[in-house]
Amino acid sequence: MEAPIRAREALGFILFSLLFSICRSSSLNHLLISNAERRIDLSSHIVKVYLTLKVENAGSTPTSEVLLSFPPTQADHLATVEALVTKGKRKKTTLVRLDVKATELPDAPNDAKYFTIYLANPLKSGESTTIEVLYLLTHSQEPFPAEIAQSESQLVYYRDSALILSPYHIKQQTTFIKTPSTKVESFTRVEPSNRAGTEIKYGPYEDHPPYSFSPILIHFENNSPFAVVEELVREVEISHWGNLQVTEQYTLVHAGARHKGVFSRVDYQSRPTLNGASSLRYLLARLPPRVHSVYYRDEIGNISSSHLRTDSRKSELEIEPRYPLFGGWKATFVIGYGLPLQDFLFETSDDRRYLNFTFGCPLLETVVDKLTVKVVLPEGSKDPSAVVPFPVEQHLETKYSYLDVVGRTVVVMEKKNLVPAHNSHFQVYYTFKPIFMLAEPLMLASAFFLFFVACVAYLHIDLSIRK
Amino acid sequence: MAAPETSTAAVPTLYTNNTLRNAFGGVLSFFILLLIGVMAFSIRLFSVIKYESVIHEFDPYFNYRVTQFLAKNGIYEFWNWFDDRTWYPLGRVIGGTVYPGLTLTAGTIWWLLNSLNIPLSVETVCVFTAPIFSAFASWATYLLTKEVKGTGAGLTAAALLAMVPSYISRSVAGSYDNEAVAIFALIFTFYLYIKTLNTGSLFYATLNSIAYFYMVCSWGGYTFIINLIPMHVLLCIVTGRFSSRLYIAYAPLVVLGTLLAALVPVVGFNAVMTSEHFASFLVFIIIHVVAFVYYIKGILSPKMFKVAVTLVVSVGLAVCCAVIAVLIALVASSPTKGWSGRSLSLLDPTYASKYIPIIASVSEHQPPTWPSYFMDINVLAFLVPAGIIACFLPLSDASSFVVLYIATSVYFSGVMVRLMLVLAPAACITSGIALSQAFDVFTGSIKFQLTGASSNTEVDAAETSSSTAESQTDAVKTEKPEETAKNRPSRKSKKKEREHGEKPSTEAKAEKKRLLALPLESSVISLLLLVLLGAFYVVHCVWAAAEAYSAPSIVLTSRSHDGLHVFDDFREAYAWLRHNTDVDDKVASWWDYGYQTTAMANRTVIVDNNTWNNTHIATVGTAMSSPERAAWEIFHSLDVKYVLVVFGGLVGYPSDDINKFLWMVRIGGGVFPHIKEPDYLRDGQYRIDSQATPTMLNCLMYKLSYYRFVETDGKGFDRVRQTEIGKKYFKLTHFEEAFTTHHWMVRIYKLKPPKNRIRGKTKKSKSKTSSTTSSPKRSGTKKKNPWQ
Repeated sequence: MEAPIRAREALGFILFSLLFSICRSSSLNHLLISNAERRIDLSSHIVKVYLTLKVENAGSTPTSEVLLSFPPTQADHLATVEALVTKGKRKKTTLVRLDVKATELPDAPNDAKYFTIYLANPLKSGESTTIEVLYLLTHSQEPFPAEIAQSESQLVYYRDSALILSPYHIKQQTTFIKTPSTKVESFTRVEPSNRAGTEIKYGPYEDHPPYSFSPILIHFENNSPFAVVEELVREVEISHWGNLQVTEQYTLVHAGARHKGVFSRVDYQSRPTLNGASSLRYLLARLPPRVHSVYYRDEIGNISSSHLRTDSRKSELEIEPRYPLFGGWKATFVIGYGLPLQDFLFETSDDRRYLNFTFGCPLLETVVDKLTVKVVLPEGSKDPSAVVPFPVEQHLETKYSYLDVVGRTVVVMEKKNLVPAHNSHFQVYYTFKPIFMLAEPLMLASAFFLFFVACVAYLHIDLSIRK
Repeated sequence: MAAPETSTAAVPTLYTNNTLRNAFGGVLSFFILLLIGVMAFSIRLFSVIKYESVIHEFDPYFNYRVTQFLAKNGIYEFWNWFDDRTWYPLGRVIGGTVYPGLTLTAGTIWWLLNSLNIPLSVETVCVFTAPIFSAFASWATYLLTKEVKGTGAGLTAAALLAMVPSYISRSVAGSYDNEAVAIFALIFTFYLYIKTLNTGSLFYATLNSIAYFYMVCSWGGYTFIINLIPMHVLLCIVTGRFSSRLYIAYAPLVVLGTLLAALVPVVGFNAVMTSEHFASFLVFIIIHVVAFVYYIKGILSPKMFKVAVTLVVSVGLAVCCAVIAVLIALVASSPTKGWSGRSLSLLDPTYASKYIPIIASVSEHQPPTWPSYFMDINVLAFLVPAGIIACFLPLSDASSFVVLYIATSVYFSGVMVRLMLVLAPAACITSGIALSQAFDVFTGSIKFQLTGASSNTEVDAAETSSSTAESQTDAVKTEKPEETAKNRPSRKSKKKEREHGEKPSTEAKAEKKRLLALPLESSVISLLLLVLLGAFYVVHCVWAAAEAYSAPSIVLTSRSHDGLHVFDDFREAYAWLRHNTDVDDKVASWWDYGYQTTAMANRTVIVDNNTWNNTHIATVGTAMSSPERAAWEIFHSLDVKYVLVVFGGLVGYPSDDINKFLWMVRIGGGVFPHIKEPDYLRDGQYRIDSQATPTMLNCLMYKLSYYRFVETDGKGFDRVRQTEIGKKYFKLTHFEEAFTTHHWMVRIYKLKPPKNRIRGKTKKSKSKTSSTTSSPKRSGTKKKNPWQ
């Protein structure tokens, strides 16, 4: 695939292949993938795709950029893309994380979306390297039938391509798809393909030109609850008196097949595996260690069905919504907890302070459609700046809390479409003078002092007109 | 606050020493009061500690919802609020039908805190309003009792009130109801009345009207004030205690108070038009006539006066007769004789059960039993008579008021268990007086016996506050003309004058004391017994607060061998409704759950706890007691999408809908006569087992409660009724189960949509109906739907 003309000819033969542009950067044309293996894990509602690419530089110039491409439907649901490269030989291998950035190419065929992987060392001509890519897709399993009764199990569609969509020529590729159970209603056959147990294998396919595409549809049973947090607001309030107060407001929805008709408690209680197999019974939240004063409530009061297990390394909070969530049912709740400040607040060498805290949602196996993280800095802190490992929208707000006069600065960060993999740390830097800690106690003390002075003055002055 | 006013016994030889003592006494009583306030607040926190900070029961949820609206939308929107979430399809004008005092109070507190940047939620403020106001109420009790019998009695009464179980039952944290602030308003109004009566100050009279206004804002029980005070005025006039102070205490209250009361939308012109207020106007006229007579008497010679009296009486009687005849005719023309149903049921205890089942169905409107007196006021019941006797020694204007107050409130509490709440402050005041007098006598005699009659001064010094209070009242009596003459003397001059006036009387007191002294042993033993009685009272109150009155009733707990079990089914159901039904869906349930449904589930209800429309409630009652088809038609005509029933049979929760069902039948039958109570009773017995009547076993309430219940244990054993249910296997044709909570305590059913008409079928059914329209069954179902 040296010349663009030849590439175009090759494309024409493939039924579902996409057209692409004339001009490409030089690196595009000189790379090829000698071997690709893709493992798609469909066991939960978050689709995990492990892609192992053996990239070879067939061109003459060294290059350090490798492109990944996604069809637009997948790109919308793409939560995160990570790339790793193995270093060293044999037993001494270490994994090195590579930078991945979303890239716009001016003439992408059929609106394909691109991500660029930046290699640590440029790939010289003739060399090859193995890149491990992990990407997660949310909302990619479509329930069909869209409405199920209580006793039915949940069947979903998963759409993808049997061939890996790539801007490069792929010499050999295989795709393994893991389904949660052996119950697979149907799957598209693209020979050679076969199914064994919970695994469907597509391939190996030889020599497919760039942008080859062969849609497949898998219809299978997935009874794992589709826990989706439509909106999550996390508020982290720093108090320099030694406490970090976290308040998380959830709007939870079961995004699986909608519940239809009757909900019978007697069936649900007597035969829990058959009835409401896909219902969401409980959630597990992984909280930091040394968590204290945990509460779990909603707008009408405390929810008594929760358990907290703590040990020195982590705390696990098991929460049950007030009622089991069936498809389409919603619930809102608030989780709040306090943490010792010294575990999360540090000082830099230049006398600034920074908060080091996890960004994402502490619930396991949940997708968050929209997350807002608010870091409430103590009153009087200045120059806030946030460092987040992935792109987020940021702005500042002011919040008035207990006896504030000038208000507290709030760093607000927003991000859409999050998965548990986003639970990495972020930092908020700010400067703060400890004297501000005394402002409110002094204010209260002086207010009381003035009050008593006024009382004393009133008692000692005779205000009557007549003597 | 109390410091300058506790200036008491003055011994001329120890003048400087005494001021120090007074100062100490003042500071001491200030701190005691502070502690009483803290105690009143904290004894009511058991519910928060044992359960959670949550609004309790039924009515508080409505008040909470109104407060939320007020906090969100402001006062003007609040007055104009038309609530379309309730009484569908009628709606309710909230601003004009609610006593706004509680809501405005909590709203103001919330607003104040938030403007100080203390971000408490509306819920938190609402939960803690009642405990805060009970602290205020105990301080008001102190002030009132101090006016009557002095500081010692005041402190005792305040301490008693702070923990009287009857009041605790209505004011635990979370019990956000009108009574929470109204009791404070009631006592404070009485205090200001007594204060005006004692001082004759127009300043206090004005304050009194304002306090009365606050009371009118807060609670329908304000009619108690506006009837009790005229009664007391009348009593004073009759017993020849008329004075200008009485006039000042009463006349401004009626004029200003009535004007202010009419400003409250829910009262409005009722303040001058209903019979509850007539007594005050009548006494208002009488007091003017009496005042006029006294004036005339003052300027005429006795002979002329007699002539004038005969002239006026003969003319006046004729005029009065005419006026009274007109009044009686006016009153008699109205069907209830101008009295509202609730007031009538107060005057005639059997009225409600005879005519208004909806009032009679509420448990708190039943007459109390003797144990409930012991439960609610405990040892105070025994101390009250002693207190009444103490009030007669000597009888002053103020103490006669207390006697009148206790007498009337005892009567009212006997009519309605809810009004035990009005009795409680009166009982506390009289018991406080009794206790403090008894302590006075005993400690006084102990000191007298110990020190002997050697030195007079020491006896005098040993005199505790209440004897001085007696002297104070004596002094007030002797100085009446002098005191009334000056409007508002400065504190210092007043103090001096009082001390001067008291000198001779205290000398006399010492002599009297020596004669009244009891033997040492008996007084020590009596003292110990009194302390024991007090201790028993405290133990009982703490127990009542912790165990009996702290349950929020929306979340239940039970203790079993494997720990605490929580039944949170109500909120489970309400949360489900809130999140998983359409925002405009209508939910039908018995009226008990109306307020909770609107507040917690935010869904439109057909009827709620504000039982203003009997017909509407009867419609729901009729639907619940009708067979499925007829019930479906009624509910469908009301746009109902979900029907909610409370069922306790699985876990043994006794106050469920099956146990309330007879009231539904009675209320429904009261408006729609085809529902007959005997149809649901087998030989006069209410039962749901196999002996139950077919009407009972086929009514909607039975079916919705027991639908598929038999599948839980195979027998269908109802744990509340302790019996197996009568009809075990049946299907629902017009309803489907939408949600049942974890312990089955709330079951929600969805109305099935009407079936589509199929052309062929319509014809068939048409021919069928034409053949069966003449049959009585068909016409019967037609009649059953009152909304067609």
